[in-house]
Amino acid sequence: MNLSRREWLTGRVFLIALVLVTLLPFVSMLSAALQPRGTVPTGLAWPSDPQWGNFVDAFTVANMAALLRSSLLIVVGVVPVSVVIATMAGFGLGQLRVPGGRFAFGLLLLGLTLPFEAVITPIYYQMRDFGLLNTRWAIILPLIALYMPFAVFWMRAHFSNVPIELSEAARMDGSSTWQLFWRIQVPLARPAIASLTILLFLWTWNQFLLAIVLVDDATKRTMAGALGAFQGQWGTDLVLLCAGSLLILTPTLIVFLIFQRQFIKALLQGSLKG
Amino acid sequence: MTSAPGSARTGPAATPSPGPSNHSSPVRPHRRRWGRTARWSGWLYVLPAMLMYAVFVLRPLALTFQYSFYDWNGIGVARWAGLDNYLTVVTDSDLLKIISNAFILIIFFSLIPVALGLLVASLVRRITAGPFGTAVRTILFLPQVIPLVAAGIAWSWLLSSNGLVNQVLRAVGLGGLARAWLGDFNTALPAVGVIGAWVLLGLCTILMVTGMSKIDPALYEAARIDGAGPVREFFAVTLPSLRHEIGVCLTVTVIAALASFDIVYISTSGGPGLQTTVPGLEIYRLAFSQRQVGLASALAVVLMLLVLACVLPIQRLTREGKE
Repeated sequence: MNLSRREWLTGRVFLIALVLVTLLPFVSMLSAALQPRGTVPTGLAWPSDPQWGNFVDAFTVANMAALLRSSLLIVVGVVPVSVVIATMAGFGLGQLRVPGGRFAFGLLLLGLTLPFEAVITPIYYQMRDFGLLNTRWAIILPLIALYMPFAVFWMRAHFSNVPIELSEAARMDGSSTWQLFWRIQVPLARPAIASLTILLFLWTWNQFLLAIVLVDDATKRTMAGALGAFQGQWGTDLVLLCAGSLLILTPTLIVFLIFQRQFIKALLQGSLKG
Repeated sequence: MTSAPGSARTGPAATPSPGPSNHSSPVRPHRRRWGRTARWSGWLYVLPAMLMYAVFVLRPLALTFQYSFYDWNGIGVARWAGLDNYLTVVTDSDLLKIISNAFILIIFFSLIPVALGLLVASLVRRITAGPFGTAVRTILFLPQVIPLVAAGIAWSWLLSSNGLVNQVLRAVGLGGLARAWLGDFNTALPAVGVIGAWVLLGLCTILMVTGMSKIDPALYEAARIDGAGPVREFFAVTLPSLRHEIGVCLTVTVIAALASFDIVYISTSGGPGLQTTVPGLEIYRLAFSQRQVGLASALAVVLMLLVLACVLPIQRLTREGKE
């Protein structure tokens, strides 16, 4: 590629500016979080005496241990089930080509652009009737269902690209549908399943609307929902709010940094297909 | 459940659905025999997903439509209201303002990230695979990974009267412009928009750069030989080649703008006045604070239709020629 030196330089400058703009909010939050409690921080000033203890305070005040546990429970309730039933459905629609599958798929596509706000009211009343309000089930069950359009769409796209001949060969060898699915197709689908798992984990962890509508107790919510409650309670104590927010972000950031290659791949593919 | 092999007319069960598969070879009898049973029993695989979807999405969706024709406070007896709720949505000046707010947000959530993303992508062409590239990618993806609530909190702080934005303005001698950006009647909505732009900018940039690196460099060389400047090059090569990526970015960001909730809820709660109230927030308020479930549902239906009305043309325009 023959880019002139000047073009290359302009590109770099833009890119670095973009990186700085992306990082600034985090840095500014950190600088506020390290100021002494009770002071009014200004935008970006490194404190002369950084108060790392603020993070300890925030950890206790925000009840971080309970929040982490709650978010994990919700993730455990949502992600494995969603991935399994979506993979099965994707296999049924993409490989087995069940009769009427196109209709079922059409119904699912209907939900692909559906804003959650559009169904949140009936979901609330439905959960009330089921007696599940204020339990984690109230978040888990609807979330699994709300993920189905994308998840099935995603897995079906994978399975319809696997040559049918592969299934046929397995049939000739006398394997049942389940064996075909579990022994042959699922191992082949591993990359697609991995990306889907990452996306669903992220979306569950960050789910806000369902958490604040369906569960009042912040310690039974997702991380994002808990963060909302934390802001409501400590919104005026800026130092503590920043410390708490950063703390609540930390688990996501750690997971992201460890799996960043997979995350970026999943997010890119996810939006390209979605 | 074995069907007669080779019967002339087979039900839909044996009809291969047209798709990307290479299912063109003539159907052999034995394959059809297992094929039909397997295809019907295949529903066992599809059923769990469809069942969940039916109970927790399709049923609520149908109920949203149903509620929208009633006057209901969520507790007492619902009264049939016909199209009254819809009439309110399209005539009430507050609700119209709320809907128009969502469209103004599209400028910030969609147009700015897509335009800037395109600009950066055409300047950078590709992000190298080395450590610099990895670092850039990782950082630009951060806003996608953190909850929108966190983005809202961070930016509420940045845009507050003592925040970084005002600090910078004062430092460069523009202190007169300093204000509480999210609390000011004139700047609140754009300020919320800036938060959305920050969240979506990285994703759009990386999508565009990734698309860019798939373009054949020969196209650019040909353009240069034909004497095209950077601007002509952009319109003749870059833009058409990135059509698919632009479509993806627009789809994702337009939905994010129209259905926005988290950022607004956290940073302004819709204020001051109704300056930053968006349909998602208003649905929440109507349904759960003001107990006007019917009106909330009508607004929900309108929102859903608006999203479709915006997304379907984008898909149509940008997928063309791709298939």
